[in-house]
Amino acid sequence: MNCQDMRLLLHAYLDDELGAAESLAVARHLAECDACRQRFDAYARLRGNLRQADLHRSAPAALRARIASQLPRPARAPRVPRQRWQMALAALAALFVIAAVFAGWQAVELRRQGSDALAADAVSDHVRSLLPGHLIDVQTSNEHTVKPWFDGRVDFSPQVKDLTAQGFELVGGRLDVLDGKQVAALVYKRHLHTINLFQWPARAGAAAPPQTRDGYHVLEWNDAGLRFVAVSSVAENDLQAFERAFRAQPAAASEAAR
Amino acid sequence: MGDGTSALARPDGMDTGATFEREVMRHLDAAYNLARWLARNDQDAEDVVQEAVLRAFRFFGGFRGGDAKVWLLAIVRNTFYTLRSQVPAAGRIDEFDEAIHGGADHDDPQSLLLRAADAQSLHAALERLPPEFREVLVLRELEECSYKEIASITNLKIGTVMSRLARARERLQRELAGKEVAA
Repeated sequence: MNCQDMRLLLHAYLDDELGAAESLAVARHLAECDACRQRFDAYARLRGNLRQADLHRSAPAALRARIASQLPRPARAPRVPRQRWQMALAALAALFVIAAVFAGWQAVELRRQGSDALAADAVSDHVRSLLPGHLIDVQTSNEHTVKPWFDGRVDFSPQVKDLTAQGFELVGGRLDVLDGKQVAALVYKRHLHTINLFQWPARAGAAAPPQTRDGYHVLEWNDAGLRFVAVSSVAENDLQAFERAFRAQPAAASEAAR
Repeated sequence: MGDGTSALARPDGMDTGATFEREVMRHLDAAYNLARWLARNDQDAEDVVQEAVLRAFRFFGGFRGGDAKVWLLAIVRNTFYTLRSQVPAAGRIDEFDEAIHGGADHDDPQSLLLRAADAQSLHAALERLPPEFREVLVLRELEECSYKEIASITNLKIGTVMSRLARARERLQRELAGKEVAA
């Protein structure tokens, strides 16, 4: 590091924009070189002066009021006479817009219907799982037992997480069918309530809104190439807490090793 | 100026208005500060800010999170240069680069100590700086933006932000020291 390098670097040092190694090199040079240290001190003083000089200008109240009064109002139509071909062009553009809006609405509607069907399917799986003897194929509170159990039973690696500390006890897992696909189902307990968490590989789609069907809450989300659907009769905010806890918890160590 | 009403046709006007208020309007002081230092007078600064906020509202649908202050300040800056047709001259910057790398006009450390700058002379010296230097200094020292934020507001590389800030401060020191600056 020489004095020529310092010409730029002392400013970045002053602005706290250097990495650790560069900062150290600059600090060393400043300790050894009186000329650079004087320059540095002068710029540090300049910064202090700039910040104390009250140079910041605030927006006048009248400007703020004027802008606020303009913002939410709809546009006025311009009063410019138009050529006939312009009108034709505008009509054509309007047609396109209407067609595009309709197509968009259809896509949304289809997605909503798909999401509705999935939620209904998930709720009926959940209800069936509550019948005696249907809930659990592998019964354990150990995530390291549940995860290997799915090997060879599903063709993907499901996320299995122990959430006991967050108040959701893992009690086991089973295979299920959802949306015509074989899915992994994890079973958690929250007090006396059962939470079924279904998961399967899926491309990330649009996030579906939370739904409530027949008194059961349904949450859907995507993570790491998997689609998750959680169903339960717990309070809605408890199920949301479950989603947060599940997403925040790192996956089981065995998963990382696979 | 000030007739930006054609900007405001949005079907979801009220909701967008509320979000816009929450995300963008709280940076109005920063917007005005940058505009005021670029335009150097109240009336032009108000025009720039008003037009910039209307543009921001128009483009708000395209704003995908991130730092709303940085986003708004970039629009303020673009609006200023568009309205004034004052694109910072690249040629002039290159001349300064020559001066820097030649190292001929290194500040004499002793001369830097001579004058304690009072607020008034700081204000005047900052106003005399070329806009490309003034804007990085205002963003750094008054808005306390990081190099990365300045880079994204001014559309410069981070390395360029660093060297321009260095030159801006050297220039400001010379202005304060009362030296003649050959531009």
